[in-house]
Amino acid sequence: MENKSWKGWLYLLPAILFLGVFMVYPLMDVFIYSFEEGYNSASQTFYGVGTYNYEFVLHDPYFLQAVQNTFILVAITVPLSTILALAISLGISSIPKLKELFQTVFFLPYVTNTLAVGLVFMYLFDATDVTPGLINVILGIFGMEPIDFIDGPYWAKMLVLCLYTVWIVLPFKILVLTSALASVDETYYKAARMDGTSKWRIFRKVTLPMISPTMFYLIITGFIGAFKAYSDAVALFGENLNVAEMNTIVGYVYDMLYGDSGGYPSFASAAAIILFVIVLTITCINLLVSKKKVHY
Amino acid sequence: MSNIMDFDRIEKRAKRNTLVRNIVVYGLLAVWALVVLFPFYWMLLTSVKTQGSYASEIVPKLFTMSPTMENYFAVFTEADLGRYFFNTIVFTVLTTAAMLVVTVLAAFAFARLDFPGKNLAFVLFLALMMIPNELVIITNFVTMKTAKLDNTFLGLILPSVSSVFYIYLLKENFAQIPDELYYAAKVDATSDLKYLGKVMVPICRPTIVTILILKVIECWNSYVWPRLITDDPKMYLVSGGIQNIRESGYGRDNIPAMMAAVVAVSVPLILLFLIFHKKIMAGVARGGVKG
Repeated sequence: MENKSWKGWLYLLPAILFLGVFMVYPLMDVFIYSFEEGYNSASQTFYGVGTYNYEFVLHDPYFLQAVQNTFILVAITVPLSTILALAISLGISSIPKLKELFQTVFFLPYVTNTLAVGLVFMYLFDATDVTPGLINVILGIFGMEPIDFIDGPYWAKMLVLCLYTVWIVLPFKILVLTSALASVDETYYKAARMDGTSKWRIFRKVTLPMISPTMFYLIITGFIGAFKAYSDAVALFGENLNVAEMNTIVGYVYDMLYGDSGGYPSFASAAAIILFVIVLTITCINLLVSKKKVHY
Repeated sequence: MSNIMDFDRIEKRAKRNTLVRNIVVYGLLAVWALVVLFPFYWMLLTSVKTQGSYASEIVPKLFTMSPTMENYFAVFTEADLGRYFFNTIVFTVLTTAAMLVVTVLAAFAFARLDFPGKNLAFVLFLALMMIPNELVIITNFVTMKTAKLDNTFLGLILPSVSSVFYIYLLKENFAQIPDELYYAAKVDATSDLKYLGKVMVPICRPTIVTILILKVIECWNSYVWPRLITDDPKMYLVSGGIQNIRESGYGRDNIPAMMAAVVAVSVPLILLFLIFHKKIMAGVARGGVKG
């Protein structure tokens, strides 16, 4: 009935233009940049082709610091946020009333401005001339010495960053998990209860396998998201993350582009590609593990 | 006889156990709700304290008897918050509008039209979803800078328009509309564009509204690209603006005014969330990722 015509491409044209100029072309270009040595963005010239940019980045102490920070952040926040989200979602799905209220309240951080609310976290932990900060006041009740969370020891800063990251990423995970839990067929639970199966056993043998695809989806996206951490750190420690020793890989990429340290798109490209390779490797490992563990 | 007694006792115990468990669960959920809500309460509270009273509290008070609005006046007059708001609104409206046009047209082509190479094009589109922003942003930065579009709205908007996920979402929704409607329209000699505007868009309005809201949230909160492409404070959006006010020293000197700025920036999105929370949550649950 319909004749194939080229008119369809006309409707696609705007999307193709935007995606081509701002996604496909840059994607190819970033690889070229990363191998062009001594690229000058003002004159658009370069000296030669090689792996110098990668070598430079891999030997840059700021980059190594950023890699260390990012890996610690990932290792702490991904398991912590996933387990917390699971516990909270199980809680929500087990109560008879107020489910929607809790769901809505818990989702609120998702729509907030990361930079703005991060500032609130900063002040809660930060000491001023007068007060040691609300968190330190609370810790003091339990007899603990005040800790300088924002300008103090490395572990204290990392702790605040992890807490804020968990606070920011939980809403999405809780939402996805509660929907997954709600979609588990009630008859499985009924059958298990008929057989007098214990609660813990039902959780392990029925609930967990049923939601395992969602769990793995969350773990994979959680890893990817945590590796790209950046604005949370800016919100807490300001834009000069290298001085605060709190830079992340993505932060390093941007630092290479703008500001006082900027003007090096080649180094930025090399760092971005290294990040991409790390994320790709981790995602592949996740997928391999999930093939063995997930019940579809 | 004793069997019945046992049964009663077991049932009573089970009821008691459920009750205890529910109380514990409600308690824990309430604790987490407190953790989620407290930062919002604290920013609101601090924003209505006077600078003097805030600075004199060694142990921060958790309520205030004499709220003041002066911090809000201060931050809009002493800092450039009004300008940041204006920029963000212009950026959000134009980006969202452009995204809508591009998305509707592309989704229509994929869902309704037949053209050579359609399936391949769709697969390639989907593959683009996997490209991380961090990889392409570097070249975009160089491109826009070379085109002298840094510190302009055009430079802010153009790279933020396209969104493969929304095209996919809308295409799925368009595809559910029965073909008969299209053929009927064709018989009446309705043009494709008219059919799209008069039939498909109204039918899929809920999905389009969801996409619009998610895009508005994304635009309002965007920080990385605006920060890259603007170094003139006159062009900052709210995220960069907040950061600018803070780094200028204002943040440490006048924390209540800083919090007033944070409240002002957060309120529009919180209102949007209160009105549309069902739509937003349903949209995000379908695979939206934080922008």
